[in-house]
Amino acid sequence: MRMSEAMDEGLRSELQKQGIWVTSMQELYNWGRKNSIWPLQFGLACCAIEMIATAASRYDIARFGGEVFRPSPRQADLMIVAGTVTKKMAPQIVRLYNQMPDPKYVIAMGACAISGGPFKQGYNVLKGIDRYIPVDVYIPGCPPRPEALLHAFMELQRKIDEQKLTGQGKAEFLKESTLSEYPVPEFGEHDLKPPANPNLFHPPAIERG
Amino acid sequence: MNPSPYFFLIIFIGVALLFPVMPLVLAWLWRRFFQPPKPGVAKNATYECGVESLGDAQIQFQSQFYLYCIIFLIFDVESIFLVPFAVAFTALPIGAFVAILIFLLLLLEGLVWAWGKGLLTWAR
Repeated sequence: MRMSEAMDEGLRSELQKQGIWVTSMQELYNWGRKNSIWPLQFGLACCAIEMIATAASRYDIARFGGEVFRPSPRQADLMIVAGTVTKKMAPQIVRLYNQMPDPKYVIAMGACAISGGPFKQGYNVLKGIDRYIPVDVYIPGCPPRPEALLHAFMELQRKIDEQKLTGQGKAEFLKESTLSEYPVPEFGEHDLKPPANPNLFHPPAIERG
Repeated sequence: MNPSPYFFLIIFIGVALLFPVMPLVLAWLWRRFFQPPKPGVAKNATYECGVESLGDAQIQFQSQFYLYCIIFLIFDVESIFLVPFAVAFTALPIGAFVAILIFLLLLLEGLVWAWGKGLLTWAR
């Protein structure tokens, strides 16, 4: 399927110089996808203000094809978790993620969405949304500037561009076996049940010398 | 041989059909060969801002409620009249003062009527 495997890069660039553009189905598909990432319209805390600034005219996320913030998960490709995820809010976010059609991507924006941020020691804030849903790009910052969000957007575009349609290393969302929905946590007595999705959340072990 | 002068209409109809149908067919083919369908409980559920939907969508409103609306409308208009009256109060001639008093009296009469009829108690 991939043209560049059937045709070597030298010949391709030679043809390009003569004004003949050779492409493949996969490249065309990914080109279309990466330039029209529609984010889900929701903000949780102060990071959302930066997200709004990114969407507004000064930073203008429309340059990257991401200006169409959708008010429904049915039409969204990208979930920007912009802000502090409280334990009260976490089940709804996982449910919204589940309601998005495949392929779907997640950007964890800001220190809170990554790890709980300044509220990590508190009792009511989720210590990172990656405990329940798979995150594609993490942005540190409190809050990250619009440039940082744009950078994350470009990283996501790069990731989408590298996804393969067929063969070895096929994109996860195209596999029959990959689940589209993740279990929604429930409210427990002291914490969410389960506190993290054990199939998804593998934090790196900290080695102390 | 000249084609019929209406021949272009057939071409137009053909293009008009092909234009919307072709993307749909392409999308269907794409789904058939590349994208496995992944339905789920949450995905097929009604979207209600992320929470599970509560109750029925078809609620009945009591028809008695319209009386509240009418009373509200009347007193809403009254307040609009009262504000300029209060602002220009000292400069008003005696005739205008009497006119607004009659206006207030009429509305007050309506309120007494509604009260006496028991409309201000909440219907259960």
